[in-house]
This record gives sequence, C-alpha cells and structure tokens, in this order.
Amino acid sequence: MDIPYTVEVRRDTGLTNGKIGIWLFLASEVMLFGALFASYILIRTGSSSWPRGDSILNVPLATFNTIVLISSSITMVMAWASLMRRRLGTFRLYMGGTILLGFVFLVVKYFEYSHKFHDGLFPSSNNFLAIYFTLTGLHMLHVAGGMAVNAYFLGPGSKLYKTNPVWFTNRVENSGLFWHFVDLVWIFLFPTLYLL
Amino acid sequence: MTTDHAADLGDHAADIDKHVRVYIIVFVALMVLTIVTVAIARVHLPVPIAVSVALLVATIKGSLVACYFMHLVSEKKLILAVLLLTVVFFAVLLALPILTHSNGYWIHP
Repeated sequence: MDIPYTVEVRRDTGLTNGKIGIWLFLASEVMLFGALFASYILIRTGSSSWPRGDSILNVPLATFNTIVLISSSITMVMAWASLMRRRLGTFRLYMGGTILLGFVFLVVKYFEYSHKFHDGLFPSSNNFLAIYFTLTGLHMLHVAGGMAVNAYFLGPGSKLYKTNPVWFTNRVENSGLFWHFVDLVWIFLFPTLYLL
Repeated sequence: MTTDHAADLGDHAADIDKHVRVYIIVFVALMVLTIVTVAIARVHLPVPIAVSVALLVATIKGSLVACYFMHLVSEKKLILAVLLLTVVFFAVLLALPILTHSNGYWIHP
C-alpha cells in the first residue's frame, strides 16, 4: 500500500503529510529545548553567583562551530534547490558538503569536551557545566541524527529520485527543515552558554 | 496535476534562481550577525543589557533561518497556526521560572 499524500497535497491541509508531520515534530522539539532553557533560566536566576561562559568555555572554537553550522544550513538549502532544478549531481555535492560540515562540528565539540574532561570539568562539577553538557549534548545528538538522515538521502535513499523525483525532493526538504532547526537551536545556545 | 505537487520540478527555474539569491544574502547576514554577537560580548556590558542585546541578535538570526531557509515566509496557514500555538506555549514555559523568581516564593520559601 502506498503512503498517501507524499507528492500531492491534501485538499484539507494544503500540505503533504510529510510536511505537516515534520513541523509537528519540530513543534515538540521546541518544547523539549524550551523546557531545558527554562531550567537554565531558573537555575541561573536562583543562583547567588554564575560564571560568564567565556571564563570557562572556548569562545573561538564555538564561534568557528557557529560559522560551520550556518554554512551547513546554506549547503542544505542549496541541496534542495538543486533538486528543484533537477540537478542530482549538484544535489550530491551540496548534501555531501552538509554532512561534512556536520562532521566538522562534531569533531570540534569532541575536542571541546575532551579538554573539559582533561581539566576535571564534568557535568557533576557545578550547575553551569551540568546545563552546558546537557544542552550541548542533546544538540549534538540532533546533529548526529540529522547527519544520519542526510547520509541516507545521499546514499541509498537517492534511488527514489529515479522513480519519483518529486517525492524525493519533498523528503529532502523535510530533512532540511530538521537540519535548519538544529542550526536555529545552536544560534540561541551559542550566546546564552558561551558569551553571557 | 502539477499544480497540486509540493515540489514542481523544473517548472520554476527562475523562481529558484531568485530564492538562491535570497539564501546567499541571508547567509551573509547570518555571518555578519555572528561577528556582531561576538564583538558585543567582548565589550562586557552590564548583564541585563548584554542578555537583552545577545537575545535580540539571536532572535534576528533565528528569524532569518526560519523565514527564509525554512520557507516560513511562504508557508501555508496551517503550519503558521501550529507554530503560533507552539510560540504561546514556549513563552509560558519561559515565563514560569521568571515569574517564580520575581515572586521569590519557590526559591526562598
């Protein structure tokens, strides 16, 4: 049985099922990160003293990672635009770039985490580090998840393009929406954790 | 029926070219705003002002990503309605600890 409304839009919603599905999922993700941000505000405002992020964390590395993630967002949207132009080769190039940039982000985070652990700084050390590791750790899981989906569309998932290019394009668009959301979360994590 | 398709491949090459130009402009704006964010942090403003400015810049950046990379500027009303509801609940979620703190009851009983 075919999955309904993957290419044609539903008359009542005006959307494909995949599109409404990914947006509802992202709405739940907003609440997930929102709960953690609320916890951060509660702990920080209730604390008698709180360190500035840049006194503990590596701002140049985080700035570099911000640039990396923003760059991956434009390669992602260009991958989708390439499919809209029916250019599978260009899509592969941009999608490969997006995955590579995601990998660079994770490698930088690995070095950041390693350095903290080497200095004896763990989530259990203090509230600031507990919040830092929880928020950035959850965000890293999202980056890894997005990379896995994108890798599938770059590899075996791209077979769909030959039989149903519109459905494949819609799937890549939905994957892109998730990836941009991950970028959006980092845009808020970066100043709140590292700079304030 | 092509008009009912979510992605009309090849039909709107000129439109896509226009979109790509916007993506590049947004990308440059995001890069500039990232530099602005870091530069402001180096000034060491008083905490309330620093937080306000940092969140303002982050909100502008986030809006650019949501509106253009995630196509919210041209998205269907149903999606916008879902997001409006999300924003309301998100605001309530963030307001709870702030209200709690101003009251002080839960933190300093």
